[in-house]
Amino acid sequence: MFSRLRKPISASARREERIFYLFILPWLIGLVLFNAGPVFGMLGLSFTDWRISLDDLQFIGLDNYRTLVADPIFWTSVGNTLYIVVGRVVFGTAFALLLAILLNQKVPGIPFFRAVYYLPTVTAGVAVALVWIWIFNPRLGILNYTLKQIGITGPDWIFSKQWVKPSLIIMSMFQVGPNMIILLAGLQGVPKELYESAEIDGAGNWAKFRNVTLPMLSPVLFFVIIISVVSSFQNFTEIRVMTEGGPGESSNVLIWYLWENAFIFLQLGVAAAVAWIMFVILMALTGIQFRVGRRWVYYEGDSG
Amino acid sequence: MTSRKAKETVSWRKSIKGRRAIGIIITFVLLIPLGVAFVLPFIVMVSTALKPLNQVFAFPPRLIPETLQWQNFPDGWYGYGYVDFTTCTWNSLKITVNNIIGNLVSCTLAAYAFARLKARGKNFFFAIVLATMLLPNEALVVPQYVLFNRFGWLDTHLPLMVPPWFGWPFFIFLLRQFFLTIPEELIDAAKIDGAGHARILLQIFIPLSKPALATLAIFAFIGNWNNFFGPLLYLRTPDVQTLPVCLVQYQGAYGNTEWHLMMAVATIAVIPVLLIFIFGQRYFVEGIATSGVKG
Repeated sequence: MFSRLRKPISASARREERIFYLFILPWLIGLVLFNAGPVFGMLGLSFTDWRISLDDLQFIGLDNYRTLVADPIFWTSVGNTLYIVVGRVVFGTAFALLLAILLNQKVPGIPFFRAVYYLPTVTAGVAVALVWIWIFNPRLGILNYTLKQIGITGPDWIFSKQWVKPSLIIMSMFQVGPNMIILLAGLQGVPKELYESAEIDGAGNWAKFRNVTLPMLSPVLFFVIIISVVSSFQNFTEIRVMTEGGPGESSNVLIWYLWENAFIFLQLGVAAAVAWIMFVILMALTGIQFRVGRRWVYYEGDSG
Repeated sequence: MTSRKAKETVSWRKSIKGRRAIGIIITFVLLIPLGVAFVLPFIVMVSTALKPLNQVFAFPPRLIPETLQWQNFPDGWYGYGYVDFTTCTWNSLKITVNNIIGNLVSCTLAAYAFARLKARGKNFFFAIVLATMLLPNEALVVPQYVLFNRFGWLDTHLPLMVPPWFGWPFFIFLLRQFFLTIPEELIDAAKIDGAGHARILLQIFIPLSKPALATLAIFAFIGNWNNFFGPLLYLRTPDVQTLPVCLVQYQGAYGNTEWHLMMAVATIAVIPVLLIFIFGQRYFVEGIATSGVKG
């Protein structure tokens, strides 16, 4: 009797399973062809002397990785990448949080300001990168002109070895739109009763922010930081349009180093190794964040 | 005694009001300059687009040009050697529209499956969706380039137009979050009426998810319209180029960038995204907010 009851259920369950796999099939094919395939294919190719053609590849073991380790420019680009990632994540997240808090105030005109703050994100790309070259122009640009009005002699921005990375970080802070909106939604999701009971306990604004807002917001903040780290690795457009890795090698980041090796020097095996090192760094950073996150991210209903 | 108490109450109320007023002032003192900073790049772009070349390099820089040189727009559009901006724009538009449709179709199917269907292995595959959201796509170009080369697709639009039909992890995630909010009872009722999953998806989920789908369409529009990396990599001949690639070719043309003309074309290139953003803003903001809700 038990089996007679189970059989029809399992048949319909099996049908549902077939539909499930039918529906995810396009994604699954894409995953294999455009993601998983390339990721693992690249691992294999990073052990070869691949230059242009895939025919007669020689297995050269770890030689590409040895070449990289011995190349000072590779280390410069790792350093530059970490510099920019940390800068973008720290300042970008703090800035996005500040904007979200401002947009969460009960004052008139908020939808207008929200649109204005989001605008640069929408138009990010070549057109705006070109404008920023002009803004950063040391002699004729609007930035240094404005600074001069308040008595500061501005630096050479993207044309200076010291300032090119901070310049790119500053520019990226204009593109925090999605993070700002996600944090704003997070702020609006904090239950009002928590603030009310904090007020009864005599908490001031700072205490409320520190003890109510931040813990309640921490899962959203965590999500934003994880996504920011990944997107900070993919800053090809600005580098290609604005600096081409310069001046010198001072804005040569891994994605640019990869591009140069692959499509300018045609060292495809080396480029594959760079891509793998990028994955490893990214995985390590994500792993570290999940470990550290356990300490500061507060999930409601958690006993810990 | 009573009057003193009343007086105290008044001053207390006053101070609360006062504090609130100060709060509003501080908010605006921050909101407005930040707003100005955020629109400044646009103002620089448009004002440069309207200046004659000699005024572009004038110092001090002027945000409002002395004379408006509207001629920069047609000059920029038609003026640069072998780059034909009309063709580039058509190419961009064709690729963008195709990719929006491809993304919506493939992601809707996958999102429905992940949100509403039971199957062994579902959690495993959903974990992969999440993991691939963290994959820097630009790092995958080398093997993808080789793959498309093998297919004989280089210098055609296919490397840009085919992958969107195979899903996009971020969109799948976003839509799944939205599909989870659709009440179970609606599905049960449809099932009792004998509807299959295809019909439930078409007749219940898609109509109810218009805002989410609109968000994705806007995202896809912006992402594809601004895409620079892909076209730069896969396209060679001028007549298949897209707008962003055409635009950078202005840079350093003849060793000297004609900033006023370049900014004129840049302004034109930005207009479609701007319009889409302004008209789709409501959906857009809601859609992004959903992505932050952990599920």
